[in-house]
Amino acid sequence: MAVGKEIRTQIGSIKNTQKITSAMEMVAASKMRKAQERMAASQPYANQIRKVVGHIAKASPEYKHLYLEERDVKRVGYIIVSTDRGLCGGLNTNLFKAAIKSIQGWMDKGVDVDYCVIGSKATAFFRRYGGNVIAAKSGLGDAPVASDLVGSVKVMLDAYDQGELDRVYVVYNNFVNTMTQKPLVQQLLPLQADAEHEETGPSHWDYLYEPDAKDLLDKLLVRYVESQVYQAVVENNACEQAARMIAMKNATDNAGNLIDELQLIYNKARQAAITQEISEIVGGAAAV
Amino acid sequence: MAITLHCDIVSAEKSIFNGRAELVVAAGVLGDLGLAPGHAPLLTELQPGPIRVVKQGGEEEIFYVSGGFLEVQPNVVSILADSALRAVDLDEAAAEQARQNAERALKEKGSELDYARATIELAEAVAKLRTLEQLRRKNAH
Repeated sequence: MAVGKEIRTQIGSIKNTQKITSAMEMVAASKMRKAQERMAASQPYANQIRKVVGHIAKASPEYKHLYLEERDVKRVGYIIVSTDRGLCGGLNTNLFKAAIKSIQGWMDKGVDVDYCVIGSKATAFFRRYGGNVIAAKSGLGDAPVASDLVGSVKVMLDAYDQGELDRVYVVYNNFVNTMTQKPLVQQLLPLQADAEHEETGPSHWDYLYEPDAKDLLDKLLVRYVESQVYQAVVENNACEQAARMIAMKNATDNAGNLIDELQLIYNKARQAAITQEISEIVGGAAAV
Repeated sequence: MAITLHCDIVSAEKSIFNGRAELVVAAGVLGDLGLAPGHAPLLTELQPGPIRVVKQGGEEEIFYVSGGFLEVQPNVVSILADSALRAVDLDEAAAEQARQNAERALKEKGSELDYARATIELAEAVAKLRTLEQLRRKNAH
């Protein structure tokens, strides 16, 4: 029967799409579990080093490290952590919106902005948006390795050391839970004292340093920045998988609804065709 | 009950130890450090080597770290290790093997030998063996 041929092919193609989206959903779900584990594994180190650095920022050291000094802001750097692939809902769009809002704030004050982009989505976006991209890194895969990031981070740190940048931010998605990811703009440099312990007022203590303050702080603070960026990348990765899982689940559900509707239309059309045929036959017989 | 301090040992991969301790002994770049409660604030780099923690109640535990940083705040010791293991998880045979390999590599000084890397490997292997020896001494008591 030739009735509703177009509808049947349409249903078939939607079913195929549904198969793909539901497979992607399952893949994302299993990847998300692993990404979450990775995030949880490196969290203690990132938290602890943040605590230590918070103490350092609060102390009154004999040697003021470059990373601890507030300078007049003439140029800021943004490290934007995005995903490599799409099909993860509004994750990247929301992130870029948050970044642009923060960047616009600086631009209104006449401050120039440099970018370090991680992930091909950010690379593509900031190429279109315009601006001075000084480092780009993509293709980190599902299990990012800290050593892959060192190069891009170093570009930013060198620029900061040479006084080309006066402030560095990192922008990434904060993994709240599977359903919620929140874009976050976090200041990396200069370091900020821990806000929680502000109540003690100015402190006058200093550390004993072994071997000496300069070497130690140089190494520790670079390590700090690297660990924070790594943590941002790992967290963003967990967000990507979670967002993709949700997006694909929605797509699968929507495909199901679409199929149901089309099936109904198809059945109605088929029924109508049969009814018409019968009435034609009956009409023909009566005429004879 | 003895006065205790809080000790936190984290590596880049996970949190290794978190709890009260009476004494922490670590290998700093300028020599071993014994940290008791009330120690002055201190910041130092760590060498590959053992970390001995006397836990509340007197029980000892030994860890191995491959380097990192150590911070002392009043009554809090934080150790940020590059990588860390419980000493009981160390593999003695593998450590000995690694030491021999590194020594041989250093002696041969082949053309393509990465000298700095071999030295680091040797230092790590020796530190692992030192950790294991401490562990043996502890168990002998």
